[in-house]
Amino acid sequence: MLRAMIALILTLSFLSTASAQSADAPDRSATGGAQTVEDIMLRQRGEDVDNSFRSGATGDPESAAGISNQLGTLGGASDPELWRAVRFGSADTIASNNGPGATVLIQDGGMRWLNFRAGPLATYGGGLLMGIIALLAAFFMYRGRIKIDGEKTGRKITRFKAIERFGHWLLSGSFILLGITGLISLFGRKFLIPTFGHETFSFLAVGSKWVHNNVSWAFMVALAMIFVMWVAENIPHRSDINWLRKGGGIFSKGHPPAKKFNAGQKLIFWSVIVLGVSISVSGLSLLFPFEINMFAATFAKINATGIGSIFGFGDLREVLAPHEEMQYAQLWHSVVSFVLMAIILAHIYIGSVGMEGAYDAMGSGEVEEQWAREHHSLWVEEMMPEKSINAVLATSVKSGPVTVAPAVAAPKKVGPKKTVPKKVAPKKTAPPAK
Amino acid sequence: MKVMFMAFLAIAIIAVGANLVLKQAGFSSQERTLGANVQLDN
Repeated sequence: MLRAMIALILTLSFLSTASAQSADAPDRSATGGAQTVEDIMLRQRGEDVDNSFRSGATGDPESAAGISNQLGTLGGASDPELWRAVRFGSADTIASNNGPGATVLIQDGGMRWLNFRAGPLATYGGGLLMGIIALLAAFFMYRGRIKIDGEKTGRKITRFKAIERFGHWLLSGSFILLGITGLISLFGRKFLIPTFGHETFSFLAVGSKWVHNNVSWAFMVALAMIFVMWVAENIPHRSDINWLRKGGGIFSKGHPPAKKFNAGQKLIFWSVIVLGVSISVSGLSLLFPFEINMFAATFAKINATGIGSIFGFGDLREVLAPHEEMQYAQLWHSVVSFVLMAIILAHIYIGSVGMEGAYDAMGSGEVEEQWAREHHSLWVEEMMPEKSINAVLATSVKSGPVTVAPAVAAPKKVGPKKTVPKKVAPKKTAPPAK
Repeated sequence: MKVMFMAFLAIAIIAVGANLVLKQAGFSSQERTLGANVQLDN
């Protein structure tokens, strides 16, 4: 009898709150405040259901029966109400283990994350990488390997010193390892378990996670090295506009002039730095779980700009559960990584198969002079002022090919030498005597 | 090539070193979140 009374009181209280809501609020009186057929149909169609009728129904300790009365030990909350509180994070939970996530038993938003990670993230991310590979293959079949147009001189110019090459290989070696192990983390269960079985995959996955977590430090160190070494030469220059306008010369004859790094390389540099830092920061958040939470603050800043109302999606939530922060960090980390992997695939292509003479820059650090004149003419003129060029030419005619070290005191602001002939004023001759 | 191999070696050294340093410093999730009543390592 008392249970029926409690049920009736609860039903009536739900009815009164329902009438206080806007006219759009669904009528749940038929089910006494629980979900209706309309809610179920909405959910089956994949539409959003406003769960506040459930998250609010977590019992009422104020109206609890006395401890010695019937149902008094329930404390004003029935079992379903208790589990709703656990589900929606409003239960007062004490856990025997530590950490901010320890008291979360059911995380309501987790399914949305899980479905997104296994669905669109995997599909579109994988599609992006396959698409880039297909695009590069098609480009190679159309354009072939970009050869050195002129005759090779047999002379070499030092392009990258040992420390520069060390920094590059530290970054690229760690990036390859991180990319592969990251892809194993996302796709491994789906594609590797059917192939290798559970035991082998487990061994592979544990190893992959160790490599990913620990090699990340090498990546971050290398990123800092690369930035310090090359930022000065990657500042945009007016020659970049011309280079971009001509598409770098990859679709046409002729080579637009460029300094040490052309505009394409500068795009790669800044992509690596910006995306690499973003991946590193979200990665650090994942490496130290629940300790570096940035999304709540970011959402608050976005809300402050008012972008939500402009685009019609309303305000982003400014209070996030610990697991939600980790889930957003994982999604951001994956999305940005896919973008950077796609960019780097193009970089690897052009630096190896795509262009004759390009690999030498990072391989030995010494490049064929003719290659350098064709692809980085302004840089060659900075490195080799006219005097040295003539001296080298004179020497090479007599004794064959030589290796040219860059001039030590090469002035950096030497522009291309103009070969306009000097204007000679015509001699004024006296008019012939009459 | 030599520089490339040295860089790859550096990756391995940094990875192993970082793992050891962080474990010593007590940064593993296990160290931070395990309750006193759980005896996973015994």
